[in-house]
Amino acid sequence: MSNHAESALEQSHVHRDDVGAKMGMWLFLFTELLLFGGLFLVYAVYRYQYPEQFHLAGMELNTGIGTLNTIILLTSSLTVALSIAAIQKKNKFLAVLMLSLTLTFALMFMVNKYFEWSAKFSHGIYPGSDELLSLPNGQILFFGLYYVMTGLHGLHVLIGIVILAIMLVLIIKDKITFDNYVKLENSGLYWHLVDLIWIFLFPLFYLIQ
Amino acid sequence: MHEEKHNHHIGYGTYVLVWIALLAFTSITVTIAGVSLGRYTLFVALLIAAIKSALVINIFMHIKFDEKIFKVFLLLSGFTLLVIFILTFFDFLYR
Repeated sequence: MSNHAESALEQSHVHRDDVGAKMGMWLFLFTELLLFGGLFLVYAVYRYQYPEQFHLAGMELNTGIGTLNTIILLTSSLTVALSIAAIQKKNKFLAVLMLSLTLTFALMFMVNKYFEWSAKFSHGIYPGSDELLSLPNGQILFFGLYYVMTGLHGLHVLIGIVILAIMLVLIIKDKITFDNYVKLENSGLYWHLVDLIWIFLFPLFYLIQ
Repeated sequence: MHEEKHNHHIGYGTYVLVWIALLAFTSITVTIAGVSLGRYTLFVALLIAAIKSALVINIFMHIKFDEKIFKVFLLLSGFTLLVIFILTFFDFLYR
């Protein structure tokens, strides 16, 4: 019996509850949904209160960079899903390739975010700046929410990068295999949630015309 | 037991199709944002975001093929969020 077959046999006897693991992940995603939900609620109330000022402030955001980041995140969601499909089909090479692409897209997203925020900072628009505080209340609130919500989302992207990088190492080391991939699946669920939140952030901040 | 529940594997093609649909909806929402629809602009933008979310949740996140209980979680959390939104707006509008 080869080493590989032996270790596979051993693994099949290890007690494991994949459904339980996924249920835990979904419960965690539930709390994430409520965390961002609260912020969306604040956004909704203030947008209702200051529609014109949200409109004016929204025009300041770069729709092009927002659209580009949307495409990047959607594609990274595809590649992480393909990576799971590949590991199910015992195609380790494709799984590693797709997960590496996901990481690349995630880094691209953060680089774009860096340039986007740098441009805003150089125009003097950042939390607490004199320029921002001289604006009317509605616009201060818009930019405050913009920084908090896209910032918290960006933090999730950074955490996602770390988690997906760990998964990549685990696949390379054969710790994640065709019959034991719940870790990768749960990381994928987290990554899709990051994508989902962006799907709503994008029209609410970047597409106010 | 676990294996049976895991058996519904989605092929590469389905994922790519969903991705193309997501990109198509993105270009629609960006295009529509440039057109003035008055008070419907926000509604249309949110509707498209909801359709995109449904695609991601059902296919990418497998909720369509997974345990029913996950779907219950999701509906429950969505419902909770909806109730919070409705109650807050009632308070805000009629205070």
